[in-house]
Amino acid sequence: MRNWLPHPLLTPILAIIWLLLNNSVAPGQVVLGLLLGWAIPRFTLAFWPERVRIHAPLALLRFGGVFLFDVLVANLSVARLILSGPRALRPAFVVVPLDLANELAISLLANTICLTPGTVSARLSADRRALLVHALDCDDPDALVATIKARFEAPLKEIFAC
Amino acid sequence: MLSLSLTLAFALVAAAFALSFLRLLKGPHAPDRILALDTLYINAIALLVLLGIHLASPLYFEAALLIALMGFVGTVALCKFLLRGDIIE
Amino acid sequence: MSPAVEALLSFLVLAGAAFTFIGSLGLARFRDFYTRLHGPTKATTLGVGCLLVASSIYFSVTGEGDSLSLHEILVTLFLFITAPVSAHLLAKAGLHRRLPSVAPPPRDD
Repeated sequence: MRNWLPHPLLTPILAIIWLLLNNSVAPGQVVLGLLLGWAIPRFTLAFWPERVRIHAPLALLRFGGVFLFDVLVANLSVARLILSGPRALRPAFVVVPLDLANELAISLLANTICLTPGTVSARLSADRRALLVHALDCDDPDALVATIKARFEAPLKEIFAC
Repeated sequence: MLSLSLTLAFALVAAAFALSFLRLLKGPHAPDRILALDTLYINAIALLVLLGIHLASPLYFEAALLIALMGFVGTVALCKFLLRGDIIE
Repeated sequence: MSPAVEALLSFLVLAGAAFTFIGSLGLARFRDFYTRLHGPTKATTLGVGCLLVASSIYFSVTGEGDSLSLHEILVTLFLFITAPVSAHLLAKAGLHRRLPSVAPPPRDD
Protein backbone atom coordinates (compact mmCIF):
# COMPACT_ATOMS: atom_id res chain seq x y z
CA MET A 1 0.00 0.00 0.00
CA ARG A 2 2.74 2.38 1.02
CA ASN A 3 4.57 1.73 -2.22
CA TRP A 4 1.59 1.61 -4.53
CA LEU A 5 -0.01 4.89 -3.51
CA PRO A 6 2.85 6.92 -2.02
CA HIS A 7 1.17 10.34 -2.09
CA PRO A 8 -2.62 10.08 -1.73
CA LEU A 9 -2.98 13.87 -1.97
CA LEU A 10 -0.90 14.29 -5.09
CA THR A 11 -3.03 11.94 -7.21
CA PRO A 12 -6.26 14.02 -7.22
CA ILE A 13 -4.26 17.25 -7.58
CA LEU A 14 -2.44 15.95 -10.66
CA ALA A 15 -5.73 14.64 -12.09
CA ILE A 16 -7.36 18.06 -11.63
CA ILE A 17 -4.37 19.78 -13.28
CA TRP A 18 -4.66 17.36 -16.23
CA LEU A 19 -8.38 18.14 -16.61
CA LEU A 20 -7.71 21.90 -16.43
CA LEU A 21 -4.95 21.59 -19.01
CA ASN A 22 -7.34 19.83 -21.40
CA ASN A 23 -10.24 22.08 -20.43
CA SER A 24 -12.67 19.17 -20.41
CA VAL A 25 -14.32 16.70 -18.03
CA ALA A 26 -14.93 13.93 -20.57
CA PRO A 27 -14.85 10.47 -18.90
CA GLY A 28 -11.82 9.44 -20.94
CA GLN A 29 -9.85 12.44 -19.73
CA VAL A 30 -10.86 11.73 -16.11
CA VAL A 31 -9.53 8.17 -16.38
CA LEU A 32 -6.33 9.32 -18.08
CA GLY A 33 -5.85 12.04 -15.46
CA LEU A 34 -6.27 9.59 -12.58
CA LEU A 35 -3.88 7.18 -14.29
CA LEU A 36 -1.25 9.91 -14.68
CA GLY A 37 -1.90 11.07 -11.12
CA TRP A 38 -1.14 7.55 -9.95
CA ALA A 39 1.81 6.86 -12.24
CA ILE A 40 3.76 10.12 -11.81
CA PRO A 41 4.09 9.96 -7.99
CA ARG A 42 4.77 6.23 -8.21
CA PHE A 43 7.72 6.59 -10.58
CA THR A 44 9.18 9.79 -9.14
CA LEU A 45 9.08 8.48 -5.58
CA ALA A 46 12.85 8.85 -5.21
CA PHE A 47 12.59 12.65 -5.37
CA TRP A 48 10.11 13.07 -2.49
CA PRO A 49 10.27 10.20 -0.05
CA GLU A 50 8.45 12.13 2.67
CA ARG A 51 4.67 11.92 2.79
CA VAL A 52 2.75 15.18 3.24
CA ARG A 53 0.18 15.07 6.04
CA ILE A 54 -2.45 17.74 6.53
CA HIS A 55 -3.69 17.63 10.09
CA ALA A 56 -6.28 20.41 9.95
CA PRO A 57 -8.07 20.68 6.58
CA LEU A 58 -10.44 23.37 7.88
CA ALA A 59 -7.51 25.51 9.00
CA LEU A 60 -6.08 25.09 5.48
CA LEU A 61 -9.29 26.45 3.95
CA ARG A 62 -9.34 29.39 6.37
CA PHE A 63 -5.67 30.06 5.61
CA GLY A 64 -6.49 30.12 1.88
CA GLY A 65 -9.22 32.70 2.45
CA VAL A 66 -6.98 34.91 4.62
CA PHE A 67 -4.25 34.57 1.97
CA LEU A 68 -6.47 35.70 -0.93
CA PHE A 69 -7.81 38.65 1.06
CA ASP A 70 -4.30 39.69 2.10
CA VAL A 71 -3.02 39.46 -1.49
CA LEU A 72 -5.63 42.03 -2.51
CA VAL A 73 -4.91 44.35 0.43
CA ALA A 74 -1.14 44.07 0.00
CA ASN A 75 -1.39 44.81 -3.71
CA LEU A 76 -3.43 47.93 -3.14
CA SER A 77 -0.96 49.18 -0.51
CA VAL A 78 2.07 48.39 -2.72
CA ALA A 79 0.38 50.15 -5.66
CA ARG A 80 -0.18 53.21 -3.44
CA LEU A 81 3.48 53.16 -2.31
CA ILE A 82 4.73 52.89 -5.90
CA LEU A 83 2.55 55.79 -7.02
CA SER A 84 3.61 58.00 -4.08
CA GLY A 85 7.26 57.65 -5.10
CA PRO A 86 10.56 56.46 -3.66
CA ARG A 87 10.89 59.25 -1.08
CA ALA A 88 7.95 58.04 0.99
CA LEU A 89 9.50 54.60 1.52
CA ARG A 90 10.98 53.29 4.73
CA PRO A 91 12.57 49.99 3.58
CA ALA A 92 14.09 47.67 6.17
CA PHE A 93 15.61 44.23 6.57
CA VAL A 94 13.86 42.29 9.32
CA VAL A 95 14.78 38.88 10.76
CA VAL A 96 11.79 36.65 11.49
CA PRO A 97 12.59 33.79 13.89
CA LEU A 98 10.88 30.57 12.78
CA ASP A 99 9.11 27.97 14.92
CA LEU A 100 8.32 25.67 11.97
CA ALA A 101 10.15 22.38 11.57
CA ASN A 102 8.54 21.09 8.37
CA GLU A 103 10.29 22.06 5.11
CA LEU A 104 7.04 22.38 3.19
CA ALA A 105 5.63 24.65 5.89
CA ILE A 106 8.70 26.90 5.71
CA SER A 107 8.47 27.17 1.92
CA LEU A 108 4.75 27.94 2.14
CA LEU A 109 5.45 30.65 4.72
CA ALA A 110 8.22 32.16 2.56
CA ASN A 111 5.93 32.14 -0.50
CA THR A 112 3.05 33.65 1.44
CA ILE A 113 5.03 36.52 2.87
CA CYS A 114 6.45 37.22 -0.57
CA LEU A 115 2.97 37.77 -1.94
CA THR A 116 1.32 39.45 1.02
CA PRO A 117 2.25 42.28 3.36
CA GLY A 118 4.76 44.39 1.44
CA THR A 119 7.64 42.01 2.15
CA VAL A 120 9.95 39.70 0.19
CA SER A 121 11.71 36.79 1.85
CA ALA A 122 15.41 37.08 1.11
CA ARG A 123 17.40 34.42 2.90
CA LEU A 124 16.82 31.40 5.08
CA SER A 125 19.52 30.93 7.69
CA ALA A 126 21.60 27.75 7.41
CA ASP A 127 20.01 26.18 10.51
CA ARG A 128 16.47 26.97 9.26
CA ARG A 129 15.60 28.89 12.40
CA ALA A 130 15.36 32.40 10.93
CA LEU A 131 14.12 34.00 7.74
CA LEU A 132 15.53 37.30 6.52
CA VAL A 133 12.77 39.50 5.11
CA HIS A 134 12.92 42.77 3.19
CA ALA A 135 9.99 45.08 3.89
CA LEU A 136 9.07 47.90 1.52
CA ASP A 137 7.58 50.25 4.10
CA CYS A 138 8.15 49.38 7.74
CA ASP A 139 8.42 51.73 10.72
CA ASP A 140 8.11 49.07 13.44
CA PRO A 141 10.00 45.81 12.75
CA ASP A 142 8.70 44.12 15.93
CA ALA A 143 5.08 44.72 14.93
CA LEU A 144 5.80 43.28 11.46
CA VAL A 145 7.35 40.15 12.95
CA ALA A 146 4.39 39.76 15.34
CA THR A 147 1.91 40.11 12.45
CA ILE A 148 3.69 37.52 10.31
CA LYS A 149 3.92 35.09 13.21
CA ALA A 150 0.28 35.43 14.26
CA ARG A 151 -1.33 35.69 10.85
CA PHE A 152 0.63 33.18 8.76
CA GLU A 153 2.95 31.10 10.89
CA ALA A 154 0.42 30.00 13.54
CA PRO A 155 -2.09 28.56 11.00
CA LEU A 156 0.71 26.77 9.12
CA LYS A 157 1.93 25.29 12.39
CA GLU A 158 -1.58 24.02 13.05
CA ILE A 159 -2.05 22.63 9.52
CA PHE A 160 1.19 20.65 9.41
CA ALA A 161 1.39 19.97 13.17
CA CYS A 162 5.09 20.66 13.51
CA MET B 1 -17.32 49.23 -24.08
CA LEU B 2 -15.12 46.15 -23.96
CA SER B 3 -13.19 47.12 -27.07
CA LEU B 4 -12.50 50.58 -25.63
CA SER B 5 -11.21 49.18 -22.35
CA LEU B 6 -9.15 46.61 -24.29
CA THR B 7 -7.50 49.44 -26.24
CA LEU B 8 -6.73 51.26 -23.00
CA ALA B 9 -5.38 48.05 -21.47
CA PHE B 10 -3.11 47.50 -24.51
CA ALA B 11 -1.73 51.01 -24.02
CA LEU B 12 -1.06 50.39 -20.32
CA VAL B 13 0.70 47.08 -20.97
CA ALA B 14 2.77 48.66 -23.74
CA ALA B 15 3.84 51.38 -21.29
CA ALA B 16 4.74 48.64 -18.79
CA PHE B 17 6.92 47.04 -21.50
CA ALA B 18 8.67 50.35 -22.11
CA LEU B 19 9.36 50.90 -18.40
CA SER B 20 10.74 47.37 -17.90
CA PHE B 21 12.88 47.76 -21.02
CA LEU B 22 14.27 51.00 -19.61
CA ARG B 23 15.32 49.15 -16.47
CA LEU B 24 16.84 46.38 -18.60
CA LEU B 25 19.02 48.93 -20.40
CA LYS B 26 19.89 50.97 -17.31
CA GLY B 27 20.78 48.12 -14.97
CA PRO B 28 22.95 49.03 -13.08
CA HIS B 29 23.66 45.54 -11.69
CA ALA B 30 23.14 42.07 -13.10
CA PRO B 31 20.27 41.18 -10.71
CA ASP B 32 18.43 44.35 -11.81
CA ARG B 33 18.62 43.16 -15.40
CA ILE B 34 17.39 39.68 -14.50
CA LEU B 35 14.49 41.26 -12.62
CA ALA B 36 13.69 43.36 -15.69
CA LEU B 37 13.68 40.23 -17.87
CA ASP B 38 11.43 38.50 -15.33
CA THR B 39 8.98 41.42 -15.48
CA LEU B 40 9.14 41.44 -19.28
CA TYR B 41 8.01 37.83 -19.57
CA ILE B 42 5.12 38.41 -17.18
CA ASN B 43 4.16 41.48 -19.26
CA ALA B 44 4.29 39.29 -22.36
CA ILE B 45 1.80 36.90 -20.73
CA ALA B 46 -0.49 39.87 -20.00
CA LEU B 47 -0.22 41.05 -23.61
CA LEU B 48 -0.97 37.58 -25.01
CA VAL B 49 -4.01 37.16 -22.79
CA LEU B 50 -5.32 40.56 -23.89
CA LEU B 51 -4.70 39.64 -27.54
CA GLY B 52 -6.60 36.40 -27.01
CA ILE B 53 -9.64 38.30 -25.72
CA HIS B 54 -9.32 40.91 -28.48
CA LEU B 55 -9.20 38.34 -31.28
CA ALA B 56 -11.63 35.99 -29.48
CA SER B 57 -9.24 33.09 -30.00
CA PRO B 58 -8.38 30.65 -27.20
CA LEU B 59 -5.16 29.64 -29.00
CA TYR B 60 -3.06 32.36 -27.39
CA PHE B 61 -3.58 30.79 -23.99
CA GLU B 62 -1.26 27.91 -24.90
CA ALA B 63 1.50 30.37 -25.80
CA ALA B 64 0.95 32.20 -22.50
CA LEU B 65 1.29 28.93 -20.58
CA LEU B 66 4.53 28.09 -22.40
CA ILE B 67 5.98 31.54 -21.73
CA ALA B 68 5.10 31.20 -18.04
CA LEU B 69 6.91 27.86 -17.81
CA MET B 70 10.01 28.86 -19.81
CA GLY B 71 10.30 32.31 -18.24
CA PHE B 72 10.39 30.85 -14.75
CA VAL B 73 13.05 28.31 -15.70
CA GLY B 74 15.12 31.09 -17.30
CA THR B 75 14.95 33.32 -14.23
CA VAL B 76 15.91 30.46 -11.92
CA ALA B 77 18.84 29.47 -14.15
CA LEU B 78 20.19 33.03 -14.27
CA CYS B 79 19.83 33.44 -10.49
CA LYS B 80 21.59 30.14 -9.90
CA PHE B 81 24.43 31.32 -12.12
CA LEU B 82 24.77 34.53 -10.09
CA LEU B 83 24.66 32.59 -6.83
CA ARG B 84 27.21 29.93 -7.75
CA GLY B 85 29.16 31.44 -10.67
CA ASP B 86 31.63 33.45 -8.62
CA ILE B 87 32.22 31.03 -5.80
CA ILE B 88 35.59 29.33 -6.08
CA GLU B 89 34.79 25.78 -5.18
CA MET C 1 -23.04 39.17 -23.89
CA SER C 2 -25.12 41.00 -21.31
CA PRO C 3 -24.13 44.57 -20.30
CA ALA C 4 -23.40 43.47 -16.71
CA VAL C 5 -20.89 40.84 -17.90
CA GLU C 6 -19.34 43.33 -20.28
CA ALA C 7 -18.95 45.89 -17.48
CA LEU C 8 -17.35 43.26 -15.23
CA LEU C 9 -14.98 42.22 -18.02
CA SER C 10 -14.01 45.82 -18.75
CA PHE C 11 -13.32 46.42 -15.07
CA LEU C 12 -11.18 43.28 -14.74
CA VAL C 13 -9.23 44.03 -17.94
CA LEU C 14 -8.54 47.62 -16.90
CA ALA C 15 -7.64 46.68 -13.31
CA GLY C 16 -5.30 43.95 -14.56
CA ALA C 17 -3.57 46.23 -17.04
CA ALA C 18 -3.30 49.00 -14.41
CA PHE C 19 -1.66 46.65 -11.90
CA THR C 20 0.74 45.36 -14.58
CA PHE C 21 1.68 48.95 -15.40
CA ILE C 22 2.12 49.89 -11.72
CA GLY C 23 4.40 46.89 -11.16
CA SER C 24 6.67 47.97 -14.02
CA LEU C 25 6.50 51.57 -12.80
CA GLY C 26 7.85 50.41 -9.45
CA LEU C 27 10.64 48.57 -11.28
CA ALA C 28 11.63 51.69 -13.19
CA ARG C 29 11.16 54.20 -10.40
CA PHE C 30 12.67 52.87 -7.18
CA ARG C 31 16.22 53.49 -6.11
CA ASP C 32 17.71 50.22 -4.99
CA PHE C 33 17.42 46.64 -6.11
CA TYR C 34 15.55 45.36 -3.05
CA THR C 35 12.72 47.89 -3.27
CA ARG C 36 12.46 47.34 -7.04
CA LEU C 37 11.81 43.68 -6.34
CA HIS C 38 8.42 44.44 -4.75
CA GLY C 39 6.64 45.91 -7.77
CA PRO C 40 7.00 42.99 -10.21
CA THR C 41 6.42 40.24 -7.62
CA LYS C 42 3.19 41.62 -6.23
CA ALA C 43 1.45 44.10 -8.51
CA THR C 44 2.34 42.37 -11.78
CA THR C 45 1.30 38.96 -10.51
CA LEU C 46 -2.11 40.21 -9.39
CA GLY C 47 -2.46 42.17 -12.64
CA VAL C 48 -1.91 39.10 -14.78
CA GLY C 49 -4.22 37.18 -12.42
CA CYS C 50 -7.02 39.72 -13.07
CA LEU C 51 -6.47 39.48 -16.85
CA LEU C 52 -6.61 35.68 -16.74
CA VAL C 53 -9.86 35.74 -14.73
CA ALA C 54 -11.27 38.13 -17.34
CA SER C 55 -10.15 35.77 -20.12
CA SER C 56 -11.74 32.82 -18.32
CA ILE C 57 -15.09 34.63 -17.98
CA TYR C 58 -14.93 35.83 -21.60
CA PHE C 59 -14.37 32.39 -23.10
CA SER C 60 -16.92 30.79 -20.75
CA VAL C 61 -19.57 33.29 -21.91
CA THR C 62 -18.78 33.38 -25.61
CA GLY C 63 -17.56 29.78 -26.12
CA GLU C 64 -19.67 27.26 -27.98
CA GLY C 65 -22.38 25.60 -25.89
CA ASP C 66 -22.20 26.21 -22.16
CA SER C 67 -18.69 24.89 -21.64
CA LEU C 68 -16.68 26.57 -18.91
CA SER C 69 -13.19 27.71 -19.77
CA LEU C 70 -11.15 27.13 -16.63
CA HIS C 71 -7.67 26.40 -17.94
CA GLU C 72 -6.63 30.02 -17.31
CA ILE C 73 -6.63 29.12 -13.62
CA LEU C 74 -3.60 26.96 -14.37
CA VAL C 75 -1.47 29.93 -15.47
CA THR C 76 -2.69 31.99 -12.49
CA LEU C 77 -1.83 29.18 -10.10
CA PHE C 78 1.55 28.69 -11.72
CA LEU C 79 2.38 32.40 -11.49
CA PHE C 80 1.31 32.55 -7.85
CA ILE C 81 3.64 29.67 -7.06
CA THR C 82 6.63 30.77 -9.16
CA ALA C 83 6.66 34.56 -8.63
CA PRO C 84 7.68 34.32 -4.93
CA VAL C 85 10.29 31.68 -5.77
CA SER C 86 11.97 33.88 -8.37
CA ALA C 87 11.71 36.89 -6.03
CA HIS C 88 13.37 34.92 -3.25
CA LEU C 89 16.17 33.73 -5.55
CA LEU C 90 16.72 37.24 -6.91
CA ALA C 91 16.89 38.69 -3.39
CA LYS C 92 19.35 35.98 -2.44
CA ALA C 93 21.47 36.73 -5.51
CA GLY C 94 21.38 40.44 -4.63
CA LEU C 95 22.52 39.76 -1.06
CA HIS C 96 25.21 37.44 -2.35
CA ARG C 97 26.52 40.17 -4.64
CA ARG C 98 26.25 42.72 -1.78
CA LEU C 99 24.23 45.17 -3.85
CA PRO C 100 23.83 48.62 -2.28
CA SER C 101 20.54 49.15 -0.49
CA VAL C 102 18.64 52.07 1.02
CA ALA C 103 17.81 50.04 4.11
CA PRO C 104 20.71 49.19 6.42
CA PRO C 105 22.00 45.86 5.07
CA PRO C 106 21.75 42.79 7.31
CA ARG C 107 24.84 41.46 9.03
CA ASP C 108 26.34 38.26 7.67
CA ASP C 109 25.98 35.03 9.55
